[in-house]
Amino acid sequence: MNVDYDEDVRALMDHARKLLDARGAIDAARRVLETAGDTHATGLWRELGAQGWCGVAIDDAHGGLGMASVALAGLAEELGRSLAPVPFASSIYGFAQAIALAGSETQRAALLPEIASGALIGTLAFTEGPGTPFAAPPTARVERGRLHGTKQPVTDGAIADWAVVLAATADGPGLFVVGLNDPGVTRRSVSTLDPTRPAARLDFADVPVEPVGRTGDGVALAAQILTRYAVPLAFEAIGGADACLEMAVAYTRTRFAFGRPVAGYQAVKHRLADIYVKNEMARSNAYYAAWAADHDPAVFESATAAARIAACEAYWFAAKELIQLHGGIGFTWEMDCHLFYRRARHLSTAAGAPDWWRARLADQLRQVAA
Amino acid sequence: MTFDDTPEQAAYRATARTWIADHMPAPIDAADAPIGSTEHLEHMRLWQRAKAEHGYACIAWPAAIGGGGGTPIQQAIFDQEEARAGLSSNYFMTGLKICLPPLLKHGSDAQRARFIAPAVRGDEIWCQLFSEPSNGSDLAAARTRAVRVGDGWRIDGQKVWNSNADRSDFGLLLARTDPDLVKHAGLTMFWIDMRAPGVDVRPLRQMNGGAEFNEVYLDGVMLRDDQRVGDIGEGWAVALTTLANERAALGGGTGPTWRDLLALARLVPSGDSVLADDPVFGQQLAGFYTEAESFRLLGLRMLSKLSRGEQPGPEASAAKLVWSNHVQALSAAAVELTGDYGMIDDPALAPLAAAFQARLMWAPGLRIGGGTDEILRNIIAERVLGLPADARADKGMAFRDIPQGTR
Repeated sequence: MNVDYDEDVRALMDHARKLLDARGAIDAARRVLETAGDTHATGLWRELGAQGWCGVAIDDAHGGLGMASVALAGLAEELGRSLAPVPFASSIYGFAQAIALAGSETQRAALLPEIASGALIGTLAFTEGPGTPFAAPPTARVERGRLHGTKQPVTDGAIADWAVVLAATADGPGLFVVGLNDPGVTRRSVSTLDPTRPAARLDFADVPVEPVGRTGDGVALAAQILTRYAVPLAFEAIGGADACLEMAVAYTRTRFAFGRPVAGYQAVKHRLADIYVKNEMARSNAYYAAWAADHDPAVFESATAAARIAACEAYWFAAKELIQLHGGIGFTWEMDCHLFYRRARHLSTAAGAPDWWRARLADQLRQVAA
Repeated sequence: MTFDDTPEQAAYRATARTWIADHMPAPIDAADAPIGSTEHLEHMRLWQRAKAEHGYACIAWPAAIGGGGGTPIQQAIFDQEEARAGLSSNYFMTGLKICLPPLLKHGSDAQRARFIAPAVRGDEIWCQLFSEPSNGSDLAAARTRAVRVGDGWRIDGQKVWNSNADRSDFGLLLARTDPDLVKHAGLTMFWIDMRAPGVDVRPLRQMNGGAEFNEVYLDGVMLRDDQRVGDIGEGWAVALTTLANERAALGGGTGPTWRDLLALARLVPSGDSVLADDPVFGQQLAGFYTEAESFRLLGLRMLSKLSRGEQPGPEASAAKLVWSNHVQALSAAAVELTGDYGMIDDPALAPLAAAFQARLMWAPGLRIGGGTDEILRNIIAERVLGLPADARADKGMAFRDIPQGTR
C-alpha cells in the first residue's frame, strides 16, 4: 500500500508547478478574463505541448508518454492550482479520453498523436439546454452521416479543432467525432461565469461526422466518458482549493485587526481548519478514483462519484470562504479571489453537477449493498 | 500510488486472517455476556492472551518487552482483520494505546519490566486519570495535587471521564506538583494502584443512561516516589505522548454505517415502493457514503505514511473531527427516516434493534472526548497551517494565580 504520488509523478508535478509559476499562469488567466475575444494563453499552451504533458496519459503507440491516470491527475492538480487558461481539460481529459475509450483504432491513430502533441485541440459537446446530463434526448441530429443542430455551452468550443458530439439518429443517440473547422460549423462565444475557461455555442449545418462507438449506445458511452473526465477535474478542483487555502492563510496572517493577526481569532482559524479538512477528505477520495481508473474497474464509478462530489464541495467552500476571509478587498475586481470563485463554479457545473453524481452514486450503492 | 497490499503485506494479512480464524474465541451469547459484563471481559481476556502468546498483541512493540517485534503497518493490517472477524478488545485499548506508550517512552526500566507484559496479555487493565471536573480541553490546568510527604507523595483531588476505571488495576495520573510554577511546568505523571486506600471510583451516568465512564475521587492516596513516570515537572510532556495516540485510536471505529442506513430505508414504505428508492434519500445516502469513504481513505493515507517510517501527524485530528460529526449526522438522519416511529428507542420495537437511536445518544460524547471539535480545529490551524496560537489569559502566570470559574 502506498496511497500517495510516486516519485516520478511528484517530479512531474514539481516541474509543472515551477513552469506554471514562471510563466505567470494566474496573470495569464486575468489577461484572458479582461481581454475581449481572448480565449487562452497560446504561448503557454504550445509550451505544455512541447513538454509532452498533453500526452502524459495517452499510450506511447499514439504519441503519448503512456503514464498512469495518477500522472494525469497530478498534472491536473497543478493546472487547477495555477488557474492556467489553457484548453487542457477539454482536449485531454475530455476529448482524448473519449477517443481512447470509445474510438476505433483508425480514429485513435488519426487523432490522438495530434492531441498528444498539443497541435490540435478537442472538446466534448454533449449539452444543449438546461437539465442534468442526458435528461432530455439530444435534438442535434445525424442523418446520412451529416450533423444538424446546436450544442451549447461547449467549453473551448471557439478554439477546438475537433469535438465528440452526442446526437440523435434513427437508431437512437450516438456519439460522433466532428471537425469544427468545417464551413458548416458556426461558432459564437457564450458569456459564462468563468471566461478563463470560455465556452461557445456551436451550430451545425450539414457537417460530415464519423460515428464513435456503436450508434445507439451514445448515452451510455457519454456517461462513461464523463466518468473518465470527472477524475482529473476533481484534481483540478483540489489544486484550486489548496491554492485558496494558501492564499487565505497568507492573507489572514498578515492582516491585523484589534491589534493582532486576524488568523489568530478562532472564528477565522477554525474556518481555515475546515477548508483544510475538506480539501484532505476530497484528496483521499480523488486518489482512490485515480488509482481505480487503471486498477479496479469494480469500484471506479463509485470512487469517481465520491471524488467529484467531495472535490466540488471542497473547492466551492474554499473559494467562497477565501473571499469572506479577505473581507471587503476580497470582493474587488483587482484581487484574484473571484478567479477561483469563478473556476470553482465552472468545474462544479462541467461534467454534471454534484446532485447528478449523487443520484448516480446512490444507484450504484443500492446495487452493491443489495 | 497503490491501494493494494505489497506482497509482504498480503502474505502477512493472509497469515493473520488464517490465524484469527483458527484461534478466535467461539462467540458467546450476548444475553449471557453483554458487553461490559464480567463474563464478556473474561471472554475477551482469553482472546487478548492468545494474541499475546502468538505475537499478535502490540505487534509493533519489541518482542523483548512482550510485544510482537513487528511493524506499525502489520499492526494496522491485523486490526483490520480483527475488525473483519467482528472482534474487538476495548477493555485493553486504553492501557495499550494510551497509558502504556508513555510508560514505554518516559518510564523507568523497572516500570517497563513490571507493567508492559501483563498489560499486553490482558492480565492487568489500565485507565487514564487526566480530565477533571474543572478542566477538559485545558488539560494542563489539572488541580489534583501531589504533595511531597517524606520520600513519597500524597494525592488529593478528583478525576472524571475515566473509562474502565471501575475494573482497572492501575491508572495513569496527571497531578500538580508545584502550583507556584506556570501551568504546564508544575505537572508530574504517576501510576497508581486503583485499589489503594483513598481511591474511590464512582460510575458516572451519561446522558444516554449508560455508565461507561467514572469519576475517581483521590483522598490522601499515598504513593512511593518510584510511582512517578518521568521527571518531576515533566508531566505535560508525558501527557502529550498519550494524546496523539488517543486521537489515532479514536478516528474511525465501529457503529452503524451508510449500509445500515440503506438497510433501514429498505424497511420503510414509500408510495408503492420503499424509501431506499426515493431520490431525496439517494442524495442523502450518496453524501454519507462520500464522507465515510473520505475518512476510510484518509486512514489508508496515514497508514502509508507509517509504512514509510513517517509519523502520522495531525491528519488524525482531521479524521476524528469528520468521523464524529458524521456519526451524529448519520444517526439523526436515520432516526428521522422512519417518521414518527423514529422516536421509539426500544430495541424490541425499533428497526435494527434501535442501533441508530442508541448511536444518536452517544454521538455528542464522540465530539467531545479525545479532543473536542474546537480543540481539533485549533490543532489543525496551529500545527498544520501554522496560524497564531490563541491568546491565553494565563500565559506566564503561576498556576495558583490563574483565575478560576465556578464550574
